[in-house]
Amino acid sequence: MSEHLNFHYNVDGENFVSAGQASVQVKKNLRELGLPPEVIRRVSIAMYEGEINMVIHADGGVADVDVYEDKIVITLDDRGPGIKDVALAMQEGYSTATDSVRSLGFGAGMGLPNMKRYTDDMRIDTTVGVGTKITMTINF
Amino acid sequence: MKIREIQQLLDAEVLCLEDQLDVDVHSACGSDMMSDVLAYVKDQAVLLTGLVNSQVIRTAQMMDMVCVVFVRSKRPTPEMIEIAKESSIVLLASPKRMYEACGTLYLNGLNGAVHE
Repeated sequence: MSEHLNFHYNVDGENFVSAGQASVQVKKNLRELGLPPEVIRRVSIAMYEGEINMVIHADGGVADVDVYEDKIVITLDDRGPGIKDVALAMQEGYSTATDSVRSLGFGAGMGLPNMKRYTDDMRIDTTVGVGTKITMTINF
Repeated sequence: MKIREIQQLLDAEVLCLEDQLDVDVHSACGSDMMSDVLAYVKDQAVLLTGLVNSQVIRTAQMMDMVCVVFVRSKRPTPEMIEIAKESSIVLLASPKRMYEACGTLYLNGLNGAVHE
């Protein structure tokens, strides 16, 4: 396995106000590494949407960002309720978020579609009642 | 358009980073749904919104935006202002409503963001 950098974060599921802190930190770290701004933005947005999802739906989880020579892999792992119908969840506009989440500016059913939009590859491993692991790859 | 012009056109109060009003911006978007803002990225520099919570500032951070305008004179919390300062995001509060604020900027030459 080639050498790479790993950034690991615990995403606090209790606090919507602090959601996104890991993504802000990732952005800082990637800037320090001197990666292209467009790559940094794609990684940050995909990770941010994922982080918000973990807070809204799964009481938090863990996030890993692995930086390789030619790609970045984001892994989001939670012990939440799982996704019943992945194809439906991938549709823009479909959401199971509550009205209280919507009043905060999220829950429009754009999270997963946005994550897919900004990454080159996205895998969803989910089991209802067990949790969800999302792996996203951004090539550069 | 400079942020200073936005401030004048919208009769806006500067809530932080008054020293950055001469920064040039070329596009803007208006939304209360942060996921919609995140869906259409292409160098949007200004966000107009009626939503007030820390995720507004985080969204602006993710998008490399330089200015957030709160419409209808809504007030961010001191914590939001602190995060904005750290990220060099100018915060403005305008008494105008969203529709009028966006229309005013558009009429004066500030384009919408280019969709992907």
